[in-house]
Amino acid sequence: MRGTKTLRRTFIKSALVLATGMATLISPYALAKDYPEKEELKFGFIKLTDMAPLAIAYEKGFFEDEGLYVTLEAQANWKVLLDRVIDGQLDGAHMLAGQPLGATIGFGTKADIITAFSMDLNGNAITVSNDIWEQMKPHVPMQADGKPVHPIKADSLKPVVDKYKAEGKPFNMGMVFPVSTHNYELRYWLAAGGINPGYYAPEKGDTSGKIKADALLSVTPPPQMPSTMEAGTIYGYCVGEPWNQQAVFKGIGVPVITDYEIWKNNPEKVFGVSKQWAEKYPITHKAVVKALIRAAAWLDENNNANRPEAVKILSKPNYVGADYEVIANSMTGTFEYEKGDKRDVPDFNVFFRYNATYPYYSDAIWYLTQMRRWGQISEQKPDSWYMDIAKQVYRPDIYATAAKELIKEGKLKAADFPDFATESGFKPAQVDFIDGLTYDGKTPNAYIDQFKIGLKGNEKP
Amino acid sequence: MNIALSNIAWLEPFVKVAKGENVAQNVQLITKTIGIPLVGILVFLMLWSAAANSIDTSLGKFPGPAQVLEQSKNLLAEHFAERERAEAFYERQEERNAQRVKDDPTYVPKIRDYTGKNTYIDQIGTSLVTVLSGFLLASILAIPLGIVIGLSANLHAAFNPVIQIFKPVSPLAWLPLVTMVVSALYVTDDPVVPKSFITSVVTVMLCCLWPTVINTAFGVATIPKDLVNVSQVLRLNWITHVRKIAIPASIPMVFTGLRLSLSIAWMVLIAAEMLAQNPGLGKFVWDEFQNGSSDSLGRIMVAIITIGLIGFFLDRVMLRIQRSVSWDKSATLR
Repeated sequence: MRGTKTLRRTFIKSALVLATGMATLISPYALAKDYPEKEELKFGFIKLTDMAPLAIAYEKGFFEDEGLYVTLEAQANWKVLLDRVIDGQLDGAHMLAGQPLGATIGFGTKADIITAFSMDLNGNAITVSNDIWEQMKPHVPMQADGKPVHPIKADSLKPVVDKYKAEGKPFNMGMVFPVSTHNYELRYWLAAGGINPGYYAPEKGDTSGKIKADALLSVTPPPQMPSTMEAGTIYGYCVGEPWNQQAVFKGIGVPVITDYEIWKNNPEKVFGVSKQWAEKYPITHKAVVKALIRAAAWLDENNNANRPEAVKILSKPNYVGADYEVIANSMTGTFEYEKGDKRDVPDFNVFFRYNATYPYYSDAIWYLTQMRRWGQISEQKPDSWYMDIAKQVYRPDIYATAAKELIKEGKLKAADFPDFATESGFKPAQVDFIDGLTYDGKTPNAYIDQFKIGLKGNEKP
Repeated sequence: MNIALSNIAWLEPFVKVAKGENVAQNVQLITKTIGIPLVGILVFLMLWSAAANSIDTSLGKFPGPAQVLEQSKNLLAEHFAERERAEAFYERQEERNAQRVKDDPTYVPKIRDYTGKNTYIDQIGTSLVTVLSGFLLASILAIPLGIVIGLSANLHAAFNPVIQIFKPVSPLAWLPLVTMVVSALYVTDDPVVPKSFITSVVTVMLCCLWPTVINTAFGVATIPKDLVNVSQVLRLNWITHVRKIAIPASIPMVFTGLRLSLSIAWMVLIAAEMLAQNPGLGKFVWDEFQNGSSDSLGRIMVAIITIGLIGFFLDRVMLRIQRSVSWDKSATLR
């Protein structure tokens, strides 16, 4: 079909090999520049809009600019994706922030996974089925125009859950993975409204997370969330986009709250690679991070001016594949709650602003505090332990090297990044949580002790 | 003229009508062989269209013929667009290689394969390669096994229970085991073919083995007594008996088995690809289901029709072969 061109290519290929073979003979001591050790890479992703930096780095040629030939491959679910990174079938992947941490501390599969690039902030929401929404609605405070007051708290869900409990019916909800942001966000929201999402007890072999639970959470792969809820297996779920907007379009559910309202500018996905891989291919790793930083910057450039183009790319069947309108709803700064109730959430998807791509230790520690809160970490750990794990998994040093090169090459400005000379890796104490608590990454144990629902000190579930 | 066209049987009446031979009879023949099936298809399309309009899913209406046609066009257009992108990719790569050789003369340039997506046409290709590999592998195992079993009543009695037990096993049941075994045994740093391909091929093989074994064995076991007698009179040794008597005599049955096997192989493949995530039509259907866009159902329908057409085509090819090797020209094969 492309006969002549292929032929020509084959010819060029052999000619090139010959020519350079001779060149090698002539000048065996030529200086090698910093070329990537491995040029053909395969990265995995899950069909979610926050895989955008990977798609953009590919489509805009940022990977190729670094001399990388990348294949992007959608994975069936988070477990398959992690396993394939561990056994080397994938060179790296779009991961849940909890995955490298969970793998390193040995919750689930034990493996050393690191990250030098945080992919985005926010981007998730909690959706409930139409039926549950009708039951919640009488308890939701309303504005003068008849629309609900946001953020909607789980307080309004509590009577519904209590009713199900009294009738002896399980109240099932879906999240995407035991160590996913979605699991912790859903739990945070439920617990803030007085609903116990249940504890894990890995020391007793219980990894289902349903001990003492009012609402039973179980794992469903993101793209299957809407159809699972439609089938009535779950009453609600927490997932990334476009699967909340999909529920609105399909008319099967109502997103009640975005994660931006649960914790303003919370860190979301990371780009994870195995530690072994990163040590074997340091230059490649740095090149990948460079390409991804450029992609993230492109996504947020000129006040999200490139977002429509990004949405078009993401709606291709080999990336996210959902309809343009569905993806555009959240990616272009709005979010549709109940059908017709479209509100501005300009920071629903943040890819680069607010140093979104920098791997903060304090972000890693927040995830670890939630793992302890719900029993995934079965015993009390000193603050120093949290620090050690964060430093093992989050690698701002690699990020800084990549960013400095981009600044040197003139592709980005120093002002786009944190000041690497003084950056400690800890964000200042954060207060924008739905339950009004304060989080300071330097004192994880003090933070854990503040929660009404959750394990404290050396408690066991 | 007649000789040249005699291969294309359905054209014959047209030629005759054109020539003015037996016009009335041939027009009737045309109506029967082409007209009636055409009416059948038209009625089906109408019923489909009407039914599609009244089925509402959460992804929009069920795709009717019009949407399917539109999506086929889209898929084809995407294929050509992707080919152009592939060309651009190779050109960029050549430039980059040339630049790098200039900077670093020790570099041995390498042309890497296109990293973009598999188009629909590529996926059809992968599916065909997979199914034919599995079928070939199954045939290589099944025909000799069938001959050996067919020649000896004792062996037949010994193997028969095993065959009967494995014959009805669905590919979905085999797949987990095959996946684990392939992962354990197929370990290389630089795999020539991907693991998922091997998994699909082996699954297809396991499922389409049996019809060929059973039919070959039956064919060999029921060689006409006269032929066996001839062999005994001539005192043919075992090898010659197999070569000169058993194989030729059982060929029609072997092909009956092969034809059944191939149609099973094709059916199994789609399921195996869906689960093993081997890039092919099965994976295409699964991916579109996951995407859940408003085009998804239409695209899945395109795949279903493609799967049907290819299955039909494969069967016709086998039928052709079966007819040409069958010595009993009086038997009607359909």
